[in-house]
Amino acid sequence: MSNNKEVLLSVRGVDVSFDVGGKKPFRAVKNANFDIYKGETFALVGESGSGKTTIGRAILRINELSKGEILFKGKRISGKITKEEDRDVIRSIQMIFQDPAASLNERANIEYCISEGLYNFHLYKDEEDRIAKVDKALEDVGLLPEHKSRYPHEFSGGQRQRVGIARAMIMEPELIVADEPISALDVSIRAQVLNLMNKLKEEKGLTYLFIAHDLSVVRFISDRIAVIHLGRIVEIAETEELFKHPLHPYTISLLSAVPMPDPQIEKPKRHVVYDESKRDHSGEKPILQEIRPGHLVFANDREMKEYEAKLQEMERLEASNS
Amino acid sequence: MSERKIILSAKDIEVQFRVRDSYLNAIRGVSLDLYDGETFAIVGESGSGKSVFTKTFTGMLESNGKVTNGSVMYDGKDLTKLVSDKDWEGIRGAKIATIFQDPMTSLNPIRTIGSQITEVIIKHQKVSADEAKKQAIEIMDRVGIVNAANRFDEYPFQYSGGMRQRIVIAIALSCHPEILICDEPTTALDVTIQAQIIDLIKDLQKELKFTTVYITHDLGVVANVADRVGVMYGGQIVEIGTVEEIFYEPAHPYTWALLSSLPQLGVKGQELSYITGTPPSLYNVIKGDAFAPRNKYALKIDFEEEPPFFKITDTHYAKTWLLDPRAPKVEKPEAIRNLHEKISKMTSKGGAYYVEQ
Repeated sequence: MSNNKEVLLSVRGVDVSFDVGGKKPFRAVKNANFDIYKGETFALVGESGSGKTTIGRAILRINELSKGEILFKGKRISGKITKEEDRDVIRSIQMIFQDPAASLNERANIEYCISEGLYNFHLYKDEEDRIAKVDKALEDVGLLPEHKSRYPHEFSGGQRQRVGIARAMIMEPELIVADEPISALDVSIRAQVLNLMNKLKEEKGLTYLFIAHDLSVVRFISDRIAVIHLGRIVEIAETEELFKHPLHPYTISLLSAVPMPDPQIEKPKRHVVYDESKRDHSGEKPILQEIRPGHLVFANDREMKEYEAKLQEMERLEASNS
Repeated sequence: MSERKIILSAKDIEVQFRVRDSYLNAIRGVSLDLYDGETFAIVGESGSGKSVFTKTFTGMLESNGKVTNGSVMYDGKDLTKLVSDKDWEGIRGAKIATIFQDPMTSLNPIRTIGSQITEVIIKHQKVSADEAKKQAIEIMDRVGIVNAANRFDEYPFQYSGGMRQRIVIAIALSCHPEILICDEPTTALDVTIQAQIIDLIKDLQKELKFTTVYITHDLGVVANVADRVGVMYGGQIVEIGTVEEIFYEPAHPYTWALLSSLPQLGVKGQELSYITGTPPSLYNVIKGDAFAPRNKYALKIDFEEEPPFFKITDTHYAKTWLLDPRAPKVEKPEAIRNLHEKISKMTSKGGAYYVEQ
């Protein structure tokens, strides 16, 4: 996946601000910079209020940028674009939402829920073609053609999320923004949906932006991870690298919060709390900079030296262990 | 273990809901002895009956539900016999308190945080308003609200989700209950906030020595908080044991399936294991083992006859025919064998979940 690095989506210097009545606008996203490569799953991890969903929505043109630009396949899709380009973006970038019960129209049957995008964009030759497409989408997500006539409330949470995935898939998108797609689901169902997303990625060569707050889920599904805290991306690395060599204290705090299913280990564990205000702010302003190829961390020069020393210590230890 | 004082004892509880013209058997015969000071975790999927079961301890079943069999003995009284709010006075909220999942819906949005805490203190302890305010600020402070005196007059919307849950805990604890029921207290919260709330409940329990019933579907959380665990499926407890027994020596195929589906145990590039099918409909009479249709280890008898509880140790019981001496020997799935070794590796230096303390 990272061998042929074709950039599909590029987020460059993006700021998103919201007006909060007269006062200084609230900067929900601060200078976000990252690329998503074709065929990978890129995860954006952070807690509520960190701005991760705002970035996802900015990509889909729901939130306006106050600074920077977003490129899709090399073409700018943020700001003013033609109507035609807008239609193109909507079709090629689709979203899966957190709560499958709230994101489906409960008064429409599944056939309509899934066809809605086709209707809006006239993406079918005739009725027969539309139904064939719906059937195919249902099959792709592991549902049956006879489910078409049912209503959302007749499905379990996991099945509803499958419908949510099917209605995104029917548009034949290239990029899917999945915003906490499994947070509202039971643990046993989470596994099914994750497996399904992985399967579709393999089969259709999809690219995902996976938004989540739980690192354990993200580790299983993503190729690269960006950790975001208070609107700021604080660390980006390939998944295994991030877990092996977490550097930013907030990443470490997130890692310590993952509950491990082992009482002997979990019981004595204390959660590491990250407090931004307690950070040593001395020295120049921090920026997101590369410490190893592909591993970026938000730091100033003094912190970079500390992280470098820590990283070398970790690498030395690994070398002596193997 | 056997000398420990039993604080609450539920016996053969059955709960039925009337839904239009049919009956839903939400709880199908659950017995549980709760020991003084322990943390008992109840795990299961949505709809397994874990919330409904504990609602019988506080008489909070929805109006179309009723306990059709069994007893809940607490402090010499059978709680299933209590009817009116007056009967419950002095128990519900005072001795047995509950924390719910969503702090936004359990707080009143148009009243100040302070008034919601003092209301409870005044009602149950019959103290003056000034004294109640003093106590409220003390307990706000205790649950980690910084600058409690100044935040006393704020409204719920001015608090973050984690802070709101701290307030809900403060309200629940303001009357010094003997039993605290935590119904998915962290499911609506972020992992980092979840970890803080769990630490808080554990610290408070150590200090105030109450008994905790912890309801969750997340086994990672269970490993952290529980002394004993009951696994619920289809309105029954199907396995019960100490937390070590449930994680290291699980015996019921449903417990196996729950454990194996955790993404923490997933290997990248491989499918995560999951439970096929859907939970049983509790409108129908269930024949045999309720988990049988989804159980890949099911035996023929599982579809015909309900398994009894088999005793594994003095503290560990499981309701599965696999433990019958006549049953074929079945090993638990590969993913959860040597669990402690696997997770030790993940959390030690160089492992994926290693965190410098």
